[in-house]
Amino acid sequence: MLTLTHFLVLSAIVFSISLAGVFINRKNIIILLMCVELMLLAVNTNFIAFSHYLNDTAGQVFVFFILTVAAAEAAIGLAILVVLFRNKRTINVEDLDTLKG
Amino acid sequence: METILFYVFSTFMVLSALMVITVHNPVRAAFFLVLTFFASAAVWLLLEAEFLAVILIIVYVGAVMVLFLFVVMMLDVNLAELKSGFVKNLPIALAVALVMFGTIYYVVGGSQFDIHNFVPPERHAADYSNISELGKVLYTEYVFAFEIAAVILLVGIIAAISLTLRRRPNTRHQKIEEQVAVKSEDRLRVVKLEPQERK
Repeated sequence: MLTLTHFLVLSAIVFSISLAGVFINRKNIIILLMCVELMLLAVNTNFIAFSHYLNDTAGQVFVFFILTVAAAEAAIGLAILVVLFRNKRTINVEDLDTLKG
Repeated sequence: METILFYVFSTFMVLSALMVITVHNPVRAAFFLVLTFFASAAVWLLLEAEFLAVILIIVYVGAVMVLFLFVVMMLDVNLAELKSGFVKNLPIALAVALVMFGTIYYVVGGSQFDIHNFVPPERHAADYSNISELGKVLYTEYVFAFEIAAVILLVGIIAAISLTLRRRPNTRHQKIEEQVAVKSEDRLRVVKLEPQERK
């Protein structure tokens, strides 16, 4: 029998994997963006699981909006990435030190 | 049956998520991310969120991941250099992930979310429509947020286009507006000539 815990643990695992991915691929912005998408996926799974077990559609509406915002974010992020590569010929995070951060 | 399906798809999801963060080629990472989205769409189907599962495949696999693939293939990246810190960062990544998972599991793994506190709801009847249920609340209670989401998408379009738009002044191209607005006087000049006598 499937319980809420199953789904929460699944999304916790996926979230932890994507967090590890952020640390492993610290240099490649493309993979970093993919890891952010994976994190959002884990969060959305949480929302949907609670929505199902509490019998409340509000959780699904939230996922709808998160998907919208994530799509816009991916589009703008990739546009910034293209401009960045055009100007600096690299997507290595460590080369992006113009602001001396 | 459901439990088996859940374990199959969640295994797919976890393994392909692991592949996303470990493969060396970003194109392969994008494809494994597609597989993760498919598996999680199946998990969402088990949770009776049919509309969102379909939207996940249409929007994410169909649009966002294709965008990712386009960008990955257009950029000429030096992969060897980007992967150089992989082994060095592995221990700290494992440590952070384990701590993160441990804390989340400490919250969700106990008995507060088990079968006694959250009883699995009855399966809906075959004529139940998830889309109409979602649409009812989306267009009444959340209609303002819905409009704002539309505005966010518009801002996203304008930002992405204006960021990547590149004007190259030295290329040859048509100026349509000048061609359409041209008048006959611009092209044809009537010159009065005195008749000349033949010598």
